[in-house]
Amino acid sequence: MGTETKQLQWQENSEQTVLNVAGTWNFEQGLLDFAQFKQELESKPKLTHIVCNAKSLGPWDSSLVSFLIQLESCVDEVSYQNFPSGVLQLKQLAQAVPNSQTNETLAPRPSLTERLGLSVIESLKQCMHFLSFWGECVLSFVRFFQGKANYRRKDFLYFLYDAGPASLPIVTLISLLIGMIMAFVGAVQLERFNAGIFVASMVGFAMAREMAAMMTAIIMAGRTGAGYAAQLGSMQVNEEIDALKTMGISAFDYLVLPRMLALMITLPLLTIYANLIGIFGGALVSTWVIDVSWQQFWDTMLDTVGLENFIIGFAKSCVFGVVVALTGCYCGMISGRSATAVGKATTSAVVLGIVLIISMDSIINFVSTMLGI
Amino acid sequence: MIQSTSALISSEDQTHIQVDNLTLRYGDRLIQENLNFEIKRKDIFVIMGGSGCGKSTLLKHMFGLLEPAEGDVRFNGVSLWQQELETRQKMMQRFGISYQAGAIISSLTLAENIAMPLELYTKLSKAEISELVSLKLMMVGLAGFEDYYSSEISGGMLKRAALARAIALEPEVLFFDEPSAGLDPLSARNLDELILTLSDSLNTTIVIVTHELASIFAIGSNSVFLDAQSKTMLTTGDPNYLLKTSKDARVQRFLRRGDYQQPKETI
Repeated sequence: MGTETKQLQWQENSEQTVLNVAGTWNFEQGLLDFAQFKQELESKPKLTHIVCNAKSLGPWDSSLVSFLIQLESCVDEVSYQNFPSGVLQLKQLAQAVPNSQTNETLAPRPSLTERLGLSVIESLKQCMHFLSFWGECVLSFVRFFQGKANYRRKDFLYFLYDAGPASLPIVTLISLLIGMIMAFVGAVQLERFNAGIFVASMVGFAMAREMAAMMTAIIMAGRTGAGYAAQLGSMQVNEEIDALKTMGISAFDYLVLPRMLALMITLPLLTIYANLIGIFGGALVSTWVIDVSWQQFWDTMLDTVGLENFIIGFAKSCVFGVVVALTGCYCGMISGRSATAVGKATTSAVVLGIVLIISMDSIINFVSTMLGI
Repeated sequence: MIQSTSALISSEDQTHIQVDNLTLRYGDRLIQENLNFEIKRKDIFVIMGGSGCGKSTLLKHMFGLLEPAEGDVRFNGVSLWQQELETRQKMMQRFGISYQAGAIISSLTLAENIAMPLELYTKLSKAEISELVSLKLMMVGLAGFEDYYSSEISGGMLKRAALARAIALEPEVLFFDEPSAGLDPLSARNLDELILTLSDSLNTTIVIVTHELASIFAIGSNSVFLDAQSKTMLTTGDPNYLLKTSKDARVQRFLRRGDYQQPKETI
């Protein structure tokens, strides 16, 4: 028995209408099309009472339970004969808790102007939030300089190592390649005017003033800033930040301060390093592609690229250090409490970081041009 | 899946799961060794023991997540670990698993979570799947919560949603890792009753890790007791029977919440 598929047979006599439920009810072979069954039911004279009989029922599963529940919803009274107790038990279980949630009415979708207004208010709120985060950080730094900040030196040293020496390989690779690329591009163009030697000025000027600081900052935003956001976000998920708060430890002093300090120290240092490597990359290409010696390259660069360019680049990197650390920590601290939210926090830390780096860069360039430096 | 056929083929007393000389290790660290016990069809089998003795680890070895260092687990006499990966995954489709923290995937709604195994392993249409999903949610008392995300519901509801996902494919064996941990006594009891009803009507064998004494005595029909110090099992049997007859002080202390004095040995 039990190999034939599910069957429903009507059996009517003067006293009652019997529905014979038979065969194998296996949900993997598809469910019963209830809409079709309902049509069949409605084509009959109005039924108020149906007796379901399962005397030739084969193996069954929840597809049968599902059918019975639907049947009960469109017939006043259904009684059961010869059903296995499991079927009825499952049916009762499913009907035990009434569906309480479907009555919830959805708010109508707001109009375009309303949505615009709401999103403006929302972004203003976020700006305020960011500013207050900024303020908390400043307060935390004040406590740090007063020697009152509660943080672990070991944490700070770890973050210093992670943002500094541990980032050296990738910074080396990227700045070397940037220097080489610029030298390639410049050398080909300048050679046409017989001014190949000025590739030294070009590479030196671009690295010192722009590329070293910007590329290092972007690398660190992707590497360390994203890392901070993910760490703090997961701590948010595990309620670790709540635990610190209730122990009376400021999350800013304990978590944000060491991270910010570490990046603010290492990013300028990494930028100086990136300068050297980038210029070395430029020299490498110059000596190879055009006829310039190492000595010539070095002398020309020092002659034409003033110290103020290096100072501006260094100043930029100090600003970028704050920007990267701030966006990383901010996005982590405001993260929601789920895996998806941590992912979002990490993404926005990188995106916000890069946007802010480039906009700050433009502002500094604008100001320094106005001042004529 | 089709309960009555499996029930017809096998008599009630038949051994369903057999753990053979199992040794569990994480790398070089030994967790448990020499585990031998049998689980009969339709048993509610409790794995108990103190914290950190390897209960969850044993469970993960039984449903195929971790490979044992030695030994094997047999289902209906068929070895789980001597199979090719594909055959093993086929076997694992017949298991329903409810993890300690629910493990409801946070980027999907409850309905999508429960529909996932159905979409993967059956050829049902969208409408049929949504009908089954609603039924499963009704069974665990979460009717109408289809479009909620795991972050929007309470801990108890999360556990029940995990149960709904575990029974989505109408498994032969259900594994629970601490189903009532973190629930209030009333919710824990309701969940116990839900598990009992489901196992009774779906003909499922249930393996459950717990250290809730109330649950152990209320639903357990057989059990194994793991010990952290000796790194092996101390005893196996019906927990109520163990409470009356076990002579092992460690088992007695566990089952009586430490309220046990070893009888003085007569010389």
